[in-house]
Amino acid sequence: MSGPAQVAAVAATAAQVVVVAAGAPLLVGVMRQVRARLEGRAGAGVGQPWRDLRKLLRRQPATPAGTGWAFRLAPLLLMGTSLVLAAVVPLISTGLPADPAADLFAVVGLLTLGTVVLALAAIDTGTAFGGMGASREITILALVEPTILVAVLALSARVGSTNLAAVVTATLHDPLQVVSPASLLAAAALGIVVVAETGRLPVDNPATHLELTMIHEAMVLEYAGTDLALVEWASSMRLTVLLGLLTSLFLPWGIAGAGLAALPLAVLVLLVKVALLGAGLGAAEVFIAKLRLFRVPELLAGSFVLALLAVASSFFLA
Amino acid sequence: MPARAGGDRRRVARVDRPVNAIGWAVAGACGLAGLGVLAAVVSPRRARQGLVGAATAGIGIAGLLAGVAALCGGSFEARLPGLLPLAGAQLALDPLGGWFVAVTGGVVAVAALYGIGYARRGHGPSGRGVQAALPVFAAAMLLVPAAADVATFLALWELMAASSLVLVLAEHRARPAVAEAGRWYAVLTQSGFMTILLGLVLCAAHAGGTAFADLRAAHLSPALRSAVFILVLVGFGSKAGLVPLHVWLPRAHAEAPSPTSAMLSAAMVNLGVYGVIRVGFDLLGGGARWWWLLVMAVGAVSALYGILQAAVATDLKRLLAYSTVENMGLVFLGLGAAGVFLAAGAATLAALAMAAALLHVLNHAGFKALLFTAAGSVLRATGSRDLDTLGGLRSRMPATTALFALGALGASALPPGNGFVSEWLLLQSLVHALPAGGVLTAVAMPVAVAVVALTAGLAVATFVKALGVGFFARSRSDAAATATESPPAMLAAMGVLAAACIALALTPAALGPALSRAVAAATGTPVRAVGGGLSLQLAGIASTMSPLLIALALTIAVAACAVVVRLVTARVTRRRAAALWDCGAGPPTARMQYTATSFAEPLQRVFDDVLAPETDVAVTPHAESAYLVARVAYQTRVPDRVEHALYTPLITAARRLGRLGPVLASGSVHRYLGYGFFGVIALLLVLAVTR
Repeated sequence: MSGPAQVAAVAATAAQVVVVAAGAPLLVGVMRQVRARLEGRAGAGVGQPWRDLRKLLRRQPATPAGTGWAFRLAPLLLMGTSLVLAAVVPLISTGLPADPAADLFAVVGLLTLGTVVLALAAIDTGTAFGGMGASREITILALVEPTILVAVLALSARVGSTNLAAVVTATLHDPLQVVSPASLLAAAALGIVVVAETGRLPVDNPATHLELTMIHEAMVLEYAGTDLALVEWASSMRLTVLLGLLTSLFLPWGIAGAGLAALPLAVLVLLVKVALLGAGLGAAEVFIAKLRLFRVPELLAGSFVLALLAVASSFFLA
Repeated sequence: MPARAGGDRRRVARVDRPVNAIGWAVAGACGLAGLGVLAAVVSPRRARQGLVGAATAGIGIAGLLAGVAALCGGSFEARLPGLLPLAGAQLALDPLGGWFVAVTGGVVAVAALYGIGYARRGHGPSGRGVQAALPVFAAAMLLVPAAADVATFLALWELMAASSLVLVLAEHRARPAVAEAGRWYAVLTQSGFMTILLGLVLCAAHAGGTAFADLRAAHLSPALRSAVFILVLVGFGSKAGLVPLHVWLPRAHAEAPSPTSAMLSAAMVNLGVYGVIRVGFDLLGGGARWWWLLVMAVGAVSALYGILQAAVATDLKRLLAYSTVENMGLVFLGLGAAGVFLAAGAATLAALAMAAALLHVLNHAGFKALLFTAAGSVLRATGSRDLDTLGGLRSRMPATTALFALGALGASALPPGNGFVSEWLLLQSLVHALPAGGVLTAVAMPVAVAVVALTAGLAVATFVKALGVGFFARSRSDAAATATESPPAMLAAMGVLAAACIALALTPAALGPALSRAVAAATGTPVRAVGGGLSLQLAGIASTMSPLLIALALTIAVAACAVVVRLVTARVTRRRAAALWDCGAGPPTARMQYTATSFAEPLQRVFDDVLAPETDVAVTPHAESAYLVARVAYQTRVPDRVEHALYTPLITAARRLGRLGPVLASGSVHRYLGYGFFGVIALLLVLAVTR
């Protein structure tokens, strides 16, 4: 790689990490605001998650009696996996230097690693809520996995590579692929997966106050101060990266290549796309209720069938 | 044994140093086995376990050296006509055999070292017979992949099976469950041996020779080939623990002493894989596509069923044993895929799938040996394998907890663990198979990908449960609360395994040349399937992945995060000790924690059609009134459904057959003379009619 290209690649990575880290709380703010307005409330404003984070970062973290290193390290590890994801997934540029290091399977693995770390921390608290949250989160995680990997198959088989940059570039070269049945079905399947992985309605309710109905929130009940700030921040970053990944896979236009010049525009396009997608998700959440926990497997089985159909159509209709 | 009669050794390959090295290593292993048996018989009880352990560790190291030398391009052949009657014994080591010898040798060496530490203060079996069986088992296991002739192979296989049975039965006086496990193991391993014997003898009879070279060169009819393949698949499948022949595995691996469990689960089961590769790919030369679709199907069912049972298991060693069923299933899925690709003419893809299977054998050996040894340390410290009574071990046994966590990372196939690398390879070969085959491939491969994915997801659930419930949170029993860390010898052995797991996880590309040689010996296509330096690169597929860079990036990100948090929050970094909040209800007691059973309950409910859990609720009413309840007993368990459906009728039939015995043999001498008389008459009649 020549000098300027290297500079551009590093700049793209840095820009992506900064945009994801700074934009993630805003995305959550947008989603909450959309929801509030549709429900007839004024809402706390788009900047409220950032204000919450600032408040939490100034507060002391607590070490509850009986917890150990798994509980203490989990926020850092979760944040670490989210940062690596933000640096690896092509959101604003397909020329990221980290792309050959982690393909789609590794990205899925890193996402899972973050969930596992948090689940272990929840078990480490030794409370019934922690165990319950971990147990449910891990169950959903196990059931989501087949959908993700079969959808990955549908997307990468025609490209001959599971590396994200290759998949995105192939779509850019052949825009009609986006409206092919395989791509549409895979998009629907992955959409459901993103909802399940990030704990949104109808799988989990991020705004609930009833302990027994929640999954993700039950795992982080014991965290306080900077620890809680890191967990909340990292979770919103995961949501941002996943929504960004959806846009890169299915609506990649505007993403920059190897040069520096296209980066500012790419950042702008990414912000618009993810904000629209987030607003759409927030609006949709107004109209649906949370599913019973044991109805969730049916939803995930549905998404698996969609992914399988995507593979079938990519083979038989190609 | 063989190489001591060194004069008979015939060198076929180039006479260079590796030839000598392998020969010396094999001879050394056999010599050490003899010494080990001698030590077991003559040495006093106090010194016995140490001496035998040292000899066994030496056997393992010799095997490792022989295997590595074979993988580096050396080859070795020995012919010992006097050792076995009729055909004589033949040994040869090619890179494929070398791969399995190296894996076995490494596991044996570390497990023996661990066993020396485990034996301190009266733990572990110290009887003469059991101790004498250990070096014999180790040497037989190492030599099985070096056998080059049907008779040698069968003799070594049976030696391995018989000596491992003695080891499994080591603690039969202490617990009745051991004897039961031993019976299951004996029946299944001997039935498996019978089918292998039938298959290989059938093959040899039509080939006109018992040497593997004769079998390779023979022209057999397709029907005969298929019959041989199915027979050996059943036999080797029972050794590898494929469903429905897996029933011995969760019993024997759980009830054997922990060092033995590690050897069984990380080394011996691999030889089932070796057998299928050697006979299916090498001797029978690939064969029909339906063979390998069958292998894929069996592998997929084993992987799913094994991990589902592991996910709901509460006995730590049983959980690990079911996870072995799962991993062997994944290996067979890879083997089946390789066979399907080979039949379709896609040699590069076949090499890739074979590489994935072989690498998974190695990775599984690493993390499973580590997990079983860590479980052994827990058992030694607390006297319990039941996850529901453990917990809180991380403060009492910090090193063991960290080592178990490392093994669990590998077993749950998450980056940057070592299991992830081989499952990544397997997925790559399955995902990119779509253009290779016809409609059948297009149907089989997505299903296989889904199976691998669901297996990986359930493995995550299984090992989060094992680590979280077993080692984190608070102790659920006094034994767990007063556990002490293991002695240094055990920790050192586990440390070696952990280092091996880390090396395998971070620099898998370094294994590329050796792996390619083994794959070439198995599939017959010299393709450099896996290569690359910093990142893994594959032949014919553009995907790349670098476990080292992922681990590095994670480390940097976590460190940067820690520094930034410390800088930003300089005023408040001192952590505050607090009581558990628990939504205002706290502090909860240790009994209010989630247990392994409750953790797995949602999964059990989702998969209840497959698992068929049994629940008993016994309500005891008061003596005075039937409407007052005195006691409610609730019991739930998840029986092995395959065992229930398949083996219970078989056992009933065998019992019924056994009841015929007393009727026929009533004790009357007249009757026995009558049997003899009529038997001879019948025989003569048959001869008179047929000749």
